[in-house]
Amino acid sequence: MRHRVQGALVPAVILTPCLGVTTMQTKLKPPAAGIAGTTLSQRERFRSEQRRLCRRILVRYDLYLMLLIPVAWYLIFQYGPMYGVQIAFKNFQPAKGIVGSPWVGVDNFERFFSSYYFGRLLWNTISISLYSLLFSFPIPILLALLINEIRSQSFKKWLQNVTYIPHFISVVVIVGMLQLFLGAQTGFINVLLHAAGAEKIAFLNSGEWFKTVFIGSNIWQNMGWQSIIYIAALSGINPQLYEAAKMDGASRFHRIWHVSIPGILPIIIILLILDVGHFMNIGFEKILLMQNNLNKDASDVIQTFIYTNGILKGDFGYTSAIGLFNSVINFALLILINRFARKKAETSLW
Amino acid sequence: MNNKAAGRISDGKWFDAGIYVISALILIVVLYPLLFVLSASFSDPVKVMSGDMWLLPKGFTMEAYKEIFNYDAVWTGYRNTLIYTTAGTLLNLLLTTLAAYPLSRKDLPGRNLLMFLITFTMFFSGGLIPTYLVVKGLALVNTIWALIIPNAIATYNLIVMRTYFQNSIPWEIQEASLIDGCSNFRLLTHIILPLSKPILAVMVLYYAVGHWNSFFNALIYLRNQELYPLQLVLREILIVSQSNILDQAGSTFGMDEKLLLAESIKYALIIVASVPVLIMYPFVQRHFVKGVMIGSLKG
Repeated sequence: MRHRVQGALVPAVILTPCLGVTTMQTKLKPPAAGIAGTTLSQRERFRSEQRRLCRRILVRYDLYLMLLIPVAWYLIFQYGPMYGVQIAFKNFQPAKGIVGSPWVGVDNFERFFSSYYFGRLLWNTISISLYSLLFSFPIPILLALLINEIRSQSFKKWLQNVTYIPHFISVVVIVGMLQLFLGAQTGFINVLLHAAGAEKIAFLNSGEWFKTVFIGSNIWQNMGWQSIIYIAALSGINPQLYEAAKMDGASRFHRIWHVSIPGILPIIIILLILDVGHFMNIGFEKILLMQNNLNKDASDVIQTFIYTNGILKGDFGYTSAIGLFNSVINFALLILINRFARKKAETSLW
Repeated sequence: MNNKAAGRISDGKWFDAGIYVISALILIVVLYPLLFVLSASFSDPVKVMSGDMWLLPKGFTMEAYKEIFNYDAVWTGYRNTLIYTTAGTLLNLLLTTLAAYPLSRKDLPGRNLLMFLITFTMFFSGGLIPTYLVVKGLALVNTIWALIIPNAIATYNLIVMRTYFQNSIPWEIQEASLIDGCSNFRLLTHIILPLSKPILAVMVLYYAVGHWNSFFNALIYLRNQELYPLQLVLREILIVSQSNILDQAGSTFGMDEKLLLAESIKYALIIVASVPVLIMYPFVQRHFVKGVMIGSLKG
């Protein structure tokens, strides 16, 4: 095994920037120090700190080597697109590339805001997200509270394990199942309705039902999985709190209200913030699968519009602008809710 | 419900009863669709269509499965998905570990900056189209790499793994090995990883299920049908063809046998596609849950 402090082993790539910093600093430092009237010993101390930092970096050069590929990946596949998003302000021509295409200012955005679809897209995106927050968000919490109240340990485990299962089914299969159950002609539910003499309902082929079916199936698929975190938080609540509440004559409902819920409130707030942070892109892959011409007035959201017009029709500049609009709103919402939570509830992401 | 409850405040018994009734309802709501699909895949399609079959198979038949067996696209899809899942998960594991370990080291200068840059991508991204252009620019479109490289790291998983390294492996062990002259690479492969089996299991499961179930990247990056993963093949059969059937059948009621069989093939396909994940589920769900718990700790 080699000793870890071995200057000769350090690759030049990592050495150079480090040396660069020191030389640059020493060049800059003397005049500045002269003006401020710094003594020699202070300068010395600064330089020795520099040297110490450099040494700390050099000694751990192999940690940076490990980070090399992941960081390159982040630069290319995460920050590359952020650089490329400049085509939102350009008339993108594939032949000229990202940098070569001419700037057009905010034309793409104006085109989107004045487009016939703008109102519909924005409304559908916001309403689906809002309904999801209203209905999908509280249900896992209720489920966790319910599971927490079950006394039989084995039944508790059972219920938990069963409710997790749908989480592992793919979106494609879920939408396939929706077709099989709710299809207009052959769907099981419609067959039953027909047999009972009722009118068949076009669950999947009408805008009216789209949001209900979408959110309902989301709840079915994810409530168990999302409850895990709350169940964990509930099991961390000090049992003495429950005992004390019982002594004071609190009913079980009161104990849930005054002990359980306050106990998991910080987790609820964190998850709410995270959900709001994805407000504008809720489950668009599933929406895309469920979308057809008959329900488009309710199912056309910003992300599916980007897919059809960008990937399928090749209108890259325009759809990049729409995507940027979406990301910026998302990010703004995240910052707002985080600030709000920090002020009001003293819980926040950062 | 049980003896402990007997001596409690009067509302205890009713409360328990209510809890169990609601729990039973939830069990039924979650399980029924799954059991229905399973039974329908083994049933005579006529019985399924007419609503005769509602829980257990009626007119038991394996016809649908036999039909799928001859369906080449499904097996090509299966093979492709296996390849993408294996290769993809291996790369995920490698890159996530390589990033998570150094970032878990509190003595690494620049770690906070890197963490910030990485976490930032969770909340802000260039968007679908610029990402597509990057992948296209690297000539990955229509190759298997398009399904493996662009999602080589999931930031959330990276943070989970880093949190584990930071909280579950004592710094003293690492420090001692470093003082003994162990290199960081050796430390990672010989000490950290053997101590990290639980988190590695969690990562394998998260990533593998993700690969197995994903369809969207394949949808945008692949043109060649030979490369289609299972989920895309399923999409064609379960969802796209559904509208075709509707177009053909319209409102007429005389559904011929072929269409009936097509319906029961769908049930069987759902089973065939979900079975690998669901079979391993009982054995590994503990690990999944553990992953969520680790992830919920603030790093």
